[in-house]
Amino acid sequence: MISGTRILAIMVKELLQLSRDRLTYAMILVMPVMQLMLFGYAINTDPRHLPTVVLDEDQSTLSRSVLAALANTGYFDFTAEAASQAAVDAAIANGAVQFAVVIPHDFSRRVVKGDEPQILVEADASDPTAVGSALGSLGGVAETALRHDLLGPLARNGDGAPFEIVVHRRYNPENITAFNIVPGLLGIVLSMTLVMMTALAVTREHERGTMESLLATPVRPIEVMIGKLAPYVGIGVVQTVLILGLARLLFGVPFEGGWLALAIGVALFITGSLALGFLFSTLARSQLQAMQMSIFYILPSILLSGFMFPFRGMPDWAQVLGTVIPVTHFLRVVRGSLLKGADLAQTWPSLAALGVFVVVVTALAMARYRTTLD
Amino acid sequence: MPVAIDVRRLNKSFGDKHVVRDVSISVEAGKVTGFLGPNGSGKTTTMRMLCGLLTPDSGEGTCLGLDILRETNEIKRRTGYMTQKFSLYDDLTIEENLLFIARVYGMDDRRRRVAEALAGLGLEARRRQPAGALSGGWKQRLALAAAVLHQPRLLLLDEPTAGVDPKARREFWDQIHELTARGMTVMVSTHYMDEAERCHDIAYIAYGALIARGTVAELIDRSALVTFKGEGPGADRLAPALMLEPGVEMAAPFGAALHVSGPDRGLLERAITRHRGDGLRWTEGRPTIEDVFIHLMRGAEDNFH
Ligand SMILES: Nc1ncnc2c1ncn2[C@@H]1O[C@H](COP(=O)(O)OP(=O)(O)O)[C@@H](O)[C@H]1O
Ligand SMILES: [Mg+2]
Repeated sequence: MISGTRILAIMVKELLQLSRDRLTYAMILVMPVMQLMLFGYAINTDPRHLPTVVLDEDQSTLSRSVLAALANTGYFDFTAEAASQAAVDAAIANGAVQFAVVIPHDFSRRVVKGDEPQILVEADASDPTAVGSALGSLGGVAETALRHDLLGPLARNGDGAPFEIVVHRRYNPENITAFNIVPGLLGIVLSMTLVMMTALAVTREHERGTMESLLATPVRPIEVMIGKLAPYVGIGVVQTVLILGLARLLFGVPFEGGWLALAIGVALFITGSLALGFLFSTLARSQLQAMQMSIFYILPSILLSGFMFPFRGMPDWAQVLGTVIPVTHFLRVVRGSLLKGADLAQTWPSLAALGVFVVVVTALAMARYRTTLD
Repeated sequence: MPVAIDVRRLNKSFGDKHVVRDVSISVEAGKVTGFLGPNGSGKTTTMRMLCGLLTPDSGEGTCLGLDILRETNEIKRRTGYMTQKFSLYDDLTIEENLLFIARVYGMDDRRRRVAEALAGLGLEARRRQPAGALSGGWKQRLALAAAVLHQPRLLLLDEPTAGVDPKARREFWDQIHELTARGMTVMVSTHYMDEAERCHDIAYIAYGALIARGTVAELIDRSALVTFKGEGPGADRLAPALMLEPGVEMAAPFGAALHVSGPDRGLLERAITRHRGDGLRWTEGRPTIEDVFIHLMRGAEDNFH
């Protein structure tokens, strides 16, 4: 039978120890702020071959030339064709593509008439670094795309481009890098504190020998686990509120809604991170080892999750690795919900991935955890 | 006499290291049993199996009438265990540590009991100090107070006096006898030979096997050891030379005198005859418990190596 008093005993003890530990305080409060400043202002890159959906209503030689010219820039990979504007919207909203190119049905006709028609390039600009260079290349495309098609009387000699490319930035129209980095930081800070602190908290008891006394009392292992982890759930929530609050106050990050998806994502991620820290502590023989394991987990989380570099800008092998990292999915949930207002229907693949993470890691931690010193 | 501990043929291995071999031991309730043996002989491992911290590979038995394999939780409730290493929380205060223990055992009236314990320790004034700041002797007293806070019927102490000064050791042993006078059963491991004399009963373990059991007097009588005491100028300096003589198991200076012992009287007499000329007076004495332990160790070495 689980005893509330005993769980409370461990919780109170854990909180007292936390309050004694200045360094921990610093880690909980200073680290998020520091990283916010560092990463919020510092990261930039130039990804290519971004997935793009095409809605070509014209289906003409000229429209195909325009698409070929776009592909030639190296920034756009046409990964899908849409049949309607609704399909285009959906593909961008759920993150399947970075760009959409929409060519209207009367495109060729109007080019030939010298009407200078418009084609539309829509961008998921929630990560401005991911789309910046691609959009920059568009000016040249309009100039040169049809140079070989428009010959003789149709040739435009110094009259400017035969058509116009209109860019429509979705989700982050003003192109602010911090909008993307700051919500992503939530995942990194939660991983760093929660995984590392729980891994250390349990290993510390083993290293100092207090676990032996603790296990000699009638405390049950599950009580130790709940009692030790519960305070960190509180810490995770405080950090979440702190980071999101600062994101809003300092960086004006938009909150588009998607609160339910966000809440579920945060809950799953905190639980999973704590369980992972606990799992590390069952594997580590010393605090140093626990620390090393945590760093071993956190480094790829920073580099390969799409936090530091746009996910689509990474080489294929890195994308495969990145998909296995929980932070990757958490970032998709946080960015999706905050910047795009994505609901459960749009975020469920990432939420499901986080669910798998929680279940697998908790099961492993429970299997590894010993009630005795064997 | 009721028994507090009664276990049979306990075994425990770590990897391919057989650390506890077929240990059977029974301990009478209300007594202080000393658990002696050299470092690494398996004392800590055995005690951990008794209180449910380690699961024996094989063996069976009871602690306080409860099955050591199936009723570990009940055993833990009724047992106090003081670990070899100080294992209260360094970063909690003395009072917080005791309150933590009181909560974990689900005790009622916690504040009052902790206050009483603090008064008993004479630590009321320092109750807000971190436990880690206490000196060795005080840490040990605090650890003992914590181990008996829930009034266990069985107390297991693992080398409680290691690194503690003689005065604190003496007081500690007085306290242990007070506890047994009130009906508690105490099992205490130590490798201080003089502490053996303060136990009602001795269990001696070497290389994981229990090789002797009984009171100090019984162990000495049963050993059939012969001991000679040499006195005179420079007696204490003869030890190395005598150690080399056949039949001499131990030659050690005790103050200015030299104790020489071995199991074979004839060989021993021949050995000391060769050193009579050095102006020493030899008299036969009674072996000390230390002589007996060294003798037992030798026997164990021969058996296991
Ligand atoms: N958890 C463990 N893993 C591996 N070996 C161990 C473990 N605990 C103890 N040992 C080994 O078992 C032997 C007996 O140890 P122990 O019971 O602590 O002896 P003692 O308390 O008499 O000094 C030692 O050789 C020790 O290294
Ligand atoms: Mg030991």
